[in-house]
Amino acid sequence: MAVLQTNKLEKHFDGVYAIDGLSIEVPKAAITSIIGPNGSGKTTLINVLSGMLDIDGGSIVLDGIRLSRFKSHEIPMYGLTRTFQEVRLFNQMTVLDNILVVLTERNVFSALFERHSNLHFMRTEELLKKINLWEKRNELAGNLSYGQRKLIEIARALAMEAQIYLLDEPFAGLFPEMLKVVVDIVKELKTRGKTVVLIEHNMDLIRELSDYVFVMDSGKLLADGKPNEVLNKREVIEAYLGE
Amino acid sequence: MAYLIHLAILFVIYAILGISLNLVVGYTGLLSVTHAAFFGIGAYIVAILGMQFGLNFFVGLLLGVVVAGIISFLIGFVLSRLGGDYYVLGTVGFNYIVWSVLLNWQEVTRGPLGIPGISRPKLFGLDFTSNLAFLFLAVIILGAIYVFSQSIVTSSFGRVLKAIREDERAINVFGYNTLYYKLTIFMIAAAMAAIAGSLFASYITFISPATFMVMESVFILAIVILGGFANLKGSLLGALFLIFLPEALRFVGFTEDIAAQMRQAVYGLLLVVLMLYRPQGLLGEYKL
Repeated sequence: MAVLQTNKLEKHFDGVYAIDGLSIEVPKAAITSIIGPNGSGKTTLINVLSGMLDIDGGSIVLDGIRLSRFKSHEIPMYGLTRTFQEVRLFNQMTVLDNILVVLTERNVFSALFERHSNLHFMRTEELLKKINLWEKRNELAGNLSYGQRKLIEIARALAMEAQIYLLDEPFAGLFPEMLKVVVDIVKELKTRGKTVVLIEHNMDLIRELSDYVFVMDSGKLLADGKPNEVLNKREVIEAYLGE
Repeated sequence: MAYLIHLAILFVIYAILGISLNLVVGYTGLLSVTHAAFFGIGAYIVAILGMQFGLNFFVGLLLGVVVAGIISFLIGFVLSRLGGDYYVLGTVGFNYIVWSVLLNWQEVTRGPLGIPGISRPKLFGLDFTSNLAFLFLAVIILGAIYVFSQSIVTSSFGRVLKAIREDERAINVFGYNTLYYKLTIFMIAAAMAAIAGSLFASYITFISPATFMVMESVFILAIVILGGFANLKGSLLGALFLIFLPEALRFVGFTEDIAAQMRQAVYGLLLVVLMLYRPQGLLGEYKL
């Protein structure tokens, strides 16, 4: 059963189509990978799905709700959250605050009178311990290494308690021990019935983790199916590896 | 002693301006150069209501807060469509508009002649006519504004402001309608600037449009930059430094005329040196 669908989705920049009539169905409670060469429109797709870019045509169906125009701050209402290809933490805030900020009140006037609760703090502690960065909680996020910042971004997404996680290259640039932490998190999300959409280039990880794979090329769907079927297709190898 | 009280009152007024602007610039990352406009709105409302309608200072102060809040809401909404350098230019433009209204709406503001003879506050038999009593009142108001501002910046709301400053697009994705947050803090800061304006008008007892020009906004911004972004104590320090600096210059042998002119040059020099060596300001926690 699909939890996320795109119907003839279009996004163009100055006449150049980054997404060109894309129709996909992302299965619920599974790990789906989106692969494709650089410039194939993968990150644009994530940006469109998360409301950071407006749609130029087509529609998105999220858990049965059809969306054609929506704002990025409305996206969590539909149970969706994301990470970014280029890490986007709040660099001049502490690690603790980077997590707490997504746990607290959204309403402006309630937020004015709210202090983070023990519950918020304990949840933050749990998440930072999961990524082995609890000791760094009082450091500014911008002072940490790339890998550590990547992990914090994943912890921040976990804090959202979403139903759908769009993870844009979550393994890129990670040391092996950090990579294992993220792999375990992704697997755990699936066992908890969450839907994970991965953009990834590491074929071994795609084979290991994915239940389903979409291959994009020039904004279009080139192929889709089970990882082992798709990754062995001649057109995929040609497009992706340039062979 | 009388002169020290005079300087202390000016320090309190500019500390309120510095703290309130820091909420917008330091905590939220909106580089606003229009604070003198709200300062002026508060000053003129107290002056006009007091002189023409005989209304009590505190009624004028409250009305000034409301009017500054409403105008800042409208302006903030327009400014929210602008980003980066355009936002800064937009705020400068708004300051010019307000200054121009104060200068040209002569039936109400008396234009360049200004409004003299503004009365000092009185409340339930308490008379703040003497400078010492006025200082007492001003310090209480500063204290209240400091505590309120501190509570804002340590709340969940304050944490979101900092996130907006760091990456507005990113915090948006996590379910925050950042426009509401930016408008709210802009209105709160404008209301505080109007309170400072009310105190200024009532203390100096004369106001004219010249006091509320863009240069004044730059001076208030200098308080924030010098003291430090995203640090309320920094704004106190910045105000203290910039109010007492001209006096220090006189003590080192400059005549009053030269000290006044040197003040501008020293402000400029200080800002350049700070940007080079300590861009977050003396006590600041955030770099632009």
